[in-house]
Formats: sequence, structure tokens, C-alpha cells
Amino acid sequence: MSEQVLAVEDLHVWFDLPKKGRLHAVQGVSLELLSGERFGLVGESGCGKTTAILALMGLLPSSADVSGSIILDGEDILAGGERSMRPHRWKDISMVFQGAMNAFNPVQTVGAQLVEPMEFHGVATGDAAKKAAGELLELVGIAPERAERYPHEFSGGMRQRAAIAMALACNPKVLLADEPTTALDVMVQAQILDLLTRLSDDLGLALVFVTHDIPVIAELCSRAAVMYAGEIVETGAMETLYHEPRHPYSRMLFGAIPDPEGEKDVVSIPGAPPRLDREITGCPFAPRCDVAFERCHGERPALLELAPRHSAACHLNDGAAP
Amino acid sequence: MSATLENEPGVETGSSAQRLRTAVWGILKDRPSAIAGAVMLAGFVLVAVFAPVLAPHGIHEIVGPPFSTPGAYPPLGLDDGGGDILSLLMWGARISLTVGFAASMVAILVGGTIGVAAGFFGGATDTILMRITDYFLAIPDVPLMIVVAAIWGPSLLHIVLVIGLLLWTSTARIVRAQVKSVRERVYVKRARALGAGNARIIFRHVLPQVAPLLVANTVLTIAVAIFDETALAFLGLSDPSKISWGKMIKNATESAAISAGAWWTIVPPGICVALVILACTLMGQALEDALNPRLRVAHLAARGFRLLPRTLRDDA
Amino acid sequence: MSLLEVRDLVVRYPVHRGIVGALRRRPKQEIHAVEGVSFELGRGEMLALVGESGCGKTTTAQAILRLVDAQGQIMLNGRDISTISAGQLRPLRRRVQIIYQDPYESLDPRFRVRDAVEEPLVIHGIGGSRDERRATVKSALERVGLTPPDLFMDRYPHELSGGQRQRVAIAAALVLEPELLVADEPVSMLDVSVRAGVLSLLDDLRKSGLAILMITHDLSTAAHFADRIAVMYLGRIVEEGPAREIVQNPQHPYTKALMSVVPKADPLKRTRRVILQGETPNPINVPAGCRFHPRCPVVQDRCRAEDPELRPAAAGASDRHRAACLFT
Repeated sequence: MSEQVLAVEDLHVWFDLPKKGRLHAVQGVSLELLSGERFGLVGESGCGKTTAILALMGLLPSSADVSGSIILDGEDILAGGERSMRPHRWKDISMVFQGAMNAFNPVQTVGAQLVEPMEFHGVATGDAAKKAAGELLELVGIAPERAERYPHEFSGGMRQRAAIAMALACNPKVLLADEPTTALDVMVQAQILDLLTRLSDDLGLALVFVTHDIPVIAELCSRAAVMYAGEIVETGAMETLYHEPRHPYSRMLFGAIPDPEGEKDVVSIPGAPPRLDREITGCPFAPRCDVAFERCHGERPALLELAPRHSAACHLNDGAAP
Repeated sequence: MSATLENEPGVETGSSAQRLRTAVWGILKDRPSAIAGAVMLAGFVLVAVFAPVLAPHGIHEIVGPPFSTPGAYPPLGLDDGGGDILSLLMWGARISLTVGFAASMVAILVGGTIGVAAGFFGGATDTILMRITDYFLAIPDVPLMIVVAAIWGPSLLHIVLVIGLLLWTSTARIVRAQVKSVRERVYVKRARALGAGNARIIFRHVLPQVAPLLVANTVLTIAVAIFDETALAFLGLSDPSKISWGKMIKNATESAAISAGAWWTIVPPGICVALVILACTLMGQALEDALNPRLRVAHLAARGFRLLPRTLRDDA
Repeated sequence: MSLLEVRDLVVRYPVHRGIVGALRRRPKQEIHAVEGVSFELGRGEMLALVGESGCGKTTTAQAILRLVDAQGQIMLNGRDISTISAGQLRPLRRRVQIIYQDPYESLDPRFRVRDAVEEPLVIHGIGGSRDERRATVKSALERVGLTPPDLFMDRYPHELSGGQRQRVAIAAALVLEPELLVADEPVSMLDVSVRAGVLSLLDDLRKSGLAILMITHDLSTAAHFADRIAVMYLGRIVEEGPAREIVQNPQHPYTKALMSVVPKADPLKRTRRVILQGETPNPINVPAGCRFHPRCPVVQDRCRAEDPELRPAAAGASDRHRAACLFT
């Protein structure tokens, strides 16, 4: 059940800026995903989390440079660029986007759009594909007859369900989800989270869930990584991250979230993230950190394994702190 | 908070005038055709303004025998009355450009007002004003101009009004669409919640957003206005005492210049009209292309990423 | 006497039938956006209107600002402002200010910070001379934590971060010295790490005597910062009371379900969730009887016929805790 399906090693993404210079959006992200695992990627706007998963799908624009390796079932699918990505995109790795409305072509029925990727990848054709589309809809909790309907006849929550069905069309091993519940109401969000949990349990689907909404990840995922300024600053089991964070950013970020029943004060983090179009010296979080010391401003900390499957990138953890 | 300002991406500094200059330059520099248009238009305007200094001869001056051929002197030949074509072109530019600019001003004023009113107030105002606009749009321009100019009598002011009152429709439609979208912006709602009146909202919040589009539209309208003026003058519906490019072509055809083979009396004013229209169109389209959000097409350039070889990773 | 008292507020929008619809004599339909909402808000108090999209919370706020037509009474300082003319309303607009959800849209991109904050003074023709107005602007910026103010005065909105823009919007609301501030989802577009700062600012303003009506879909934020919470469903307040009580001891089945699905940041606090099926029905055809009955997990026969009123909840700790359910 728990063999590795996806490993990302030292992924970098640069964007050419319109005028001059480059933006180093993803700065050496590595992560490992087991089958059936629900993994959260948390960070604030501009931290590179969306860019990172778009890179996994090979969906970056021409202004982007990518390096690193994306190993799917032992094969580096990034090594051959678009050519080696294409056979796997949507078949082995698929994605659910934030705006479910935009994921559908408004002039085609939902069913037709479910059939399209199946025929493209040769999973099923003709009547078999149509039947499969109906089953997919049923799987996500939509009556199969609705395959004949158009996207605008679906409510927001149903559209997001249909978008998930579309992502599952070719029976992928990995599902990437970019803020799929952000635009939804709490109750509908709960329905979708419920569905994703069920799908990953039943189908052994590995899920990467990207969001700025930490409580959602806490609800859904067993493991998570916290991203800041293009890099992962801490990764580990959700309980560990929340109760024993080993990076000041994780600690301060969790401290900024109001808890409905909690009495604890919420405190915002002063300052703003660094610009990614300039070389960062030292720890990127040092200017905002409440425990930064001299070394933090001069030397960039590496991601250090503190315990099995728990790593953090902070100088305080390597025993050389003052 | 203060320390974070340095970290904000995309911070631009400078006054708003500088900013506007940078913005205009930004539009022009990526569009060589716009620069060509601007240079041409500026050239014509300069010639028109300095015609009294630049023109070698006056309008009614007889320089030599009628239909003298172009040569070393006179460079563009003479017309049927022995007038110098080059000088007449310069004098004619004054009238043609004045009528063009004035008429487009009328069009912009009328079209802008109607567009803003329809877009901003919406509802019945919008419906009524847009119906009126539709009717004007459906009327064939030139025949109506001929009728109106014929009834009102030939005069420069009438020409300006007639052209202006027929050209405002497209401006009104474009402005209305833009105002409708600006009106829904949150800061406009906020101003209303603050208690700001319509006048303040229109002049402080809405018009500044619409202005760039209006400028682009003005430039395009000038081209049409000059074309219409030429047509009316050619048909003899312009002020007989004023010389414009259209009038020059009319004089030449009436005096049998074609049968006399005096092509130089017709071609130069025609080229001038064509060049001014071309200049305005080039410039106006570049501006509109850059400023009209509806024309901006999203660049869906997915999957074009470049893969860096692993060896390059370290020095990248 | 409360600063704001809303009684039986009703807002209905007609649904456009179109020409075809009119010709076919399709019946005229209305969206029942707000259906009889009543509440009070005192000085120095923060009331959170909580609910899902389409529940009428934003429409309620707009009605209080007189930006939409409404029936019912809106009493500000004991004076009914729901029927007075636009001319009489203008000076009263100063007393009630609003900040919007999207800080990227709510400031005119062509206005410097200084102009945006000064604009309300200019509109109302108050604030004295130019220099006096400038001083007011400066102190307002200081009050919202944009210090030193000189660093921000000449900036344009695009040069500021989301949190800073929201602070500018709050400063622009404060220069008029309002008594009531309506905050429509004030932090939902901001990054998590700066939300707490803006919310604490609102909390400080409340402590200084400002009444704040916060519109939000986020129960956690409401529970943390508001004094009282009113939960809305389909145009009605279904439960209302002190924030802590609503959160810890919800009475209405809808509030209970809502509380159970709010994600908790602490993974050890995961609870059993009551997930309601389907989505909120559209407010054109409001269900008869209790409007929540088609989705209610504990529905009884009486619920289909009887429309419950908001009344003190038996199990509530105080009589300020009220719920609109026949079985509480």
C-alpha cells in the first residue's frame, strides 16, 4: 500500500521577467509521495506552491526554466521535457484547479469532456468511454444522467465534483489539487474534502493538496510541507508540524490562525516575504523571524532531517545555536 | 510595517506625469507603426501651423501659366489658375486638419457625454440613449451629410457640426461599455457609500479610467472626419472661399485637369489625405490595442517551458 | 438605547423574466434575499453576521448603508433612517462607514494614499483647511498602524501589500469619525500571516467605542473577535447570541452542522462532522415551514408546517442566546 509513487528532487523554476531579470519562484523543492497518501503543501501567496505543482504537470509557460527531476514509478518524467511529460500528463498525474468553472468548456456537455481525455490516452473509446464517464460521475456523487448536461447547469459544488471526476478519467496514480475548495462554502467544502478522503482511501490515490488554508490541510492530510519564499522550510506529519514545529515560520504561521474554540491569541507575522527576483543571502525568513541570530543573516540553512519523515531548515536545529 | 516596503515587488516611483509619459512611451516603443504614425501626423500639423512661413506663395497668387508641369520650379507644378500646388497643399492642410480635429472634438464630446450618461446611469436612460445611438448608426453617413450641408448652406462651421454629429456613435458605444465596467468597481461603490454625488464619482473616479480609451478613439475619429471633409468639399458642399485638399481635387476635376493630363493637380492632395488617415489609424489602433481591455487576448502559452540540463543547474 | 437597531428588515429583488417570459405570462418572481431580520448593535460592540454565500448577510449590510431598497426599520441612534430622503441621508452617511472585502479593488488605482484617505473629508466638506485635513489624514494613518505616515502618504495602492491596502481603506473610513463600521469580509482576501493584524486593529477600534458589524463566512474568525454572532440561513437569522456560547453550545441544527464542519487547525481536534447534503436552496422558492427543514438532520413533521421564530433557547446559558428552531 505504501510504496513510493512520486519523488521530486531539487526542483527549480525560474521565470523571465518582462523587463529584466529572473524570478526564482521555486528554489530546490524535494518531496516524496506514497500511494494512498494525502500530502498538503501549505504557504502564503507568492511562495511558489502553485508554480511547483504546475511544474509537476509540465504546465508552465514559455517564460519558465525548469530543472530537477520528477520521478514517477522510477522514471524521471522531466528528463525529456514536454516529450516525456506528455504521455503521463492526465494519465498518471492529473490536477483539479481552483476555479472549477474555468476547467470546463461551456459549450460541451460534461460527459463529452470526461470522455475526451480517455480517448486521447486510449483508456477507453466510444460507448465504453461514455459508460466510464457515467461511472466516474457516480463515483463523485453525481447522477450519471447528468453527463448530458452543460457545465452552467451545475452548481458550484457539483462543478467541483465534476472537475474531480474529470481528473480521475484516466485512473491516475497522483492527483494534484490547487486550492479546490477555496471558492466554496464551508458545507460544500466539507463535502468535497469528504469525497477526496474517500477517493484516496478507496482508490489508493496519492493526493497533493495545495492551499493557504491550514485548517483544511489539518482536516484532510496526514503529512504536509510548509513553503516559504520558494522552498520547503519544514515537512513532517501534520500533528508534529502543529504541536512541535521546528521552524519559526511554521510556528508563527500556525499561531496566526484563529481557532473557533481556542482561547489562544492570534498574532500576525510582521513584514513581508522577500523578493524572489533577487539573490537571497542567509535564511529567507530571517528578517521576519523572532529568534534570528547572526548566522541566519549570512548562511542559508539546509533542510535537515530531525526525525524520520520530519525535516526543517533552521539553524536552531543543528546544535550550533548560541 | 515600514521596513517591509523595500521588499514589495514591482514598486514604481515617480510622479503621475512621469508615469503617464512612461506608459505612453511603453506603448509606442513596442509598436513601430505607432511611432511612424505619430511622426507623420506631427509633420502634417507642423506644416499646417507654419504654412504662412513655409508656403512659398499665397493662395490666390498667380505664379505662372496654368497647368505648368512639375519640375525644378515649381516643384509640384501649377493648377488651372496658375497657383502653386505645393503652397496650396500647405494652406489646404490648415483647413483639412482644422475641420478634422474640430469635428472629432464634437464627436468625442457628444459621444463621450452620451456614453458616460448611458453607462453610468443605466436603466431607462441607457436604453433610450442607446436606441438613439442605434438609429444614428443605421443612417448612411455621406447622403445625410450632403442633405444637411445642402440645407444649412456651405460653411466651415456647418461642415464641422455635420461631421461631428454623425461620428459620435462608435465613441458612445465604446465609452458606455467601459463606464459600465468601471461603475461596478468596488472603489466606485465605496465612494457612493461615503456619500459622494454622481458628479464627483463621474469626474474623479470614472472619467480618468475612461480617458485613455477616449484619446485612442479621438485619433481614430480624426481620420474619418478628414475623409468626410474631403468628400464634402469635393462635392462642393464646403465653404467656397476656403481651400482644403478636397476643394483642390474638386477644382482640378472641374477645370478638366484630367483631360489636360495634369495629374499633379489631383494626386498630391489625394496622397496627403491618404497619409493623414494612415497616420491616425496606425497611431489610434496602437493606442486602442494597448488600452482597450476587450482587445487584449490572454496568452495561453502552457507547456512551452524550457528544461535546463542538470549540469547547468548550479550556475543558473 | 442601542446605536443600531434593525427591525424586520426585508429585501426582495425582482427576477427578470425577459420579454419572452413576460409574453408567456410567466409569473413574476422575487429573490427573497433578506426575510425579516432583526438585531441590535451597541457602541463598542462587534457583531458578526455569519453564513454561507446567498444567505443574505451582505444584502443586510447594504440595506443598513441604504445602498439597496429595503422594507422594515433601521434605527440609528433612535432615528429611523430607512425612509428619510437622500438629502437628509447625506450627513448621516458619515456615521456609518464600510470597508470592503477586496483591498485590491476598493482603492482607486489613480489615487495616492493621501488622496484616498482625504477624499471622504472633501466629499463631506469638513476637516477644515488643507493643512488641517492633512494632519487628520496623518493621524488616521498612524491609528491604523501605517507608521511613519509620511512613508505612505504619497504611495499608490499598487505599491502596497494587501494588508497595507486594507489598513488604508480603514483609515479612509475613520477620518469621518463614524459610530458604526460595517466590515464586509475584511480579511478573507488577505494572507493568513497578516489577517490577525487587521483583525486586532478592528478589535482595538471596537474597544475605543466604535460599533462594528462584521460580515464573514469564517466562523473561526467570528468566534475569535466578535462579541456576538448571528448565524444567517436563507435570509433569516437562525441563531444569535454571545460568540462563545454560539460556538461552544450551538442550539440550531444548522449552526451545529456548520460548527462541526469548520476545519480545525489542530489535527488532534478533528471531530465527527455533520455534513449536510446538497446545497442551500435558491432564495426564490423558500421552503414552507422552517426554511431549513429539507436539509435538517433532525427534522420533525411540525417543521414542514410551522415557521419558527427567534426565541430564547432553553438550553442556552443566557436569555441573550436565541435560536429559531421549534425544538430547542
